[in-house]
Amino acid sequence: MTEARTPLWEVFLRSRTGLSHRHVGSVHAADAVMALQAARDTYTRRGEGLSIWVVPSAAITASDPAEKGMLFEPAASKIYRHPTFYEVPDEVGHM
Amino acid sequence: MYSQALNTRDAGPSAEDADALARFQARIDAEEKIEPNDWMPEAYRRTLTRQISQHAHSEIVGMLPEGNWITRAPSLRRKAALLAKVQDEGGHGLYLYAAAETLGTAREELVEQLLSGRAKYSSIFNYPTLSWADIGAIGWLVDGAAIMNQIPLCRCSYGPYARAMIRVCKEESFHQRQGYEIMLTLCRGTEAQKAMAQDALNRWWWPCLMMFGPPDTASQHSDASMKWKIKRFTNDDLRQKFVDATVPQGLHLGLTFPDPELRLEDGHWRFGAIDWDEFKRVVAGDGPLNRERLAARKAAHEEGAWVREAALAFAAKRRRKAA
Repeated sequence: MTEARTPLWEVFLRSRTGLSHRHVGSVHAADAVMALQAARDTYTRRGEGLSIWVVPSAAITASDPAEKGMLFEPAASKIYRHPTFYEVPDEVGHM
Repeated sequence: MYSQALNTRDAGPSAEDADALARFQARIDAEEKIEPNDWMPEAYRRTLTRQISQHAHSEIVGMLPEGNWITRAPSLRRKAALLAKVQDEGGHGLYLYAAAETLGTAREELVEQLLSGRAKYSSIFNYPTLSWADIGAIGWLVDGAAIMNQIPLCRCSYGPYARAMIRVCKEESFHQRQGYEIMLTLCRGTEAQKAMAQDALNRWWWPCLMMFGPPDTASQHSDASMKWKIKRFTNDDLRQKFVDATVPQGLHLGLTFPDPELRLEDGHWRFGAIDWDEFKRVVAGDGPLNRERLAARKAAHEEGAWVREAALAFAAKRRRKAA
């Protein structure tokens, strides 16, 4: 008899008040509550976080790195989306 | 530890006892951010839902006056910039709806409040864009005023709103600069072009000062918002900061402001009386273009219904095939 696999969870930590949660790694756990406990034990032993999110890894849909050209290149050619593209005389000051 | 889902109403103290309120206020006073799952007073939730959703509505309705000039931009450079700007405004609306949804009201409900006329949006977008110079004036003045308002919101006590504002402010700086560049180009141009820029400033100046809301003596939301650190400055403070920053920029263009009482006094540009009756009329729905703006939003929403339906149907089909 094959043993059932323990689901994988992605772990996100809020390191300081006001910051968004950032991905720090993953843990295996049988359910969400155990995943939170495992994430605490694995990723916050030195006070790294104020809050933890765990998300089933299977629930994440990721873009394909091989498609990064198609996805992101068009942004590189649109330099007019950046403030420095526009002329504002120095004497007008910061804008 | 908790493991409840986001976006559900909190199951905190049912009666808002004084202890819970005091603990909440102590967190605010200590500059801690409030996050979606934290306990918060109902009035804080209501105030923020109203403010963030009206901010989102303003971004979306704000696409209309500028969208009016995309096909008539005077060069490809200007057209590309204007398209990018209007696209940004749409994006800002989406960040803000997402932040508002963390307080427990669905986006569909918020949009419905806008379309039915129950929710407000910034009064400035009820004015018409009559010439190309208006696109310059909007970028320079309307976005300039919005930035003045939004920078302190980056430190708002509600985490999701503050983080959305940081993103918005970062993107907003190009909006103001492209507007000022349009004004600069017109002011360096022919007499007719300069007159166009002056006319735009004349029409937009006072409505821009109204964007900061009623004077502090009459604002109904200010006190609680300041105590909860949703707002960091009063309406009048922000208005004065805007005028101080903007008047020298206008003088550099060689333009005059439509205010005979404007004068430099103790390092501040003092301005004349604002026509608050006009502001009240526009907010109440009787501005130059209130009906047209809402009609345009309603039409866009209704005419887009088939896209939303088609996307859901396609997703259902893909699920069936995968199964």
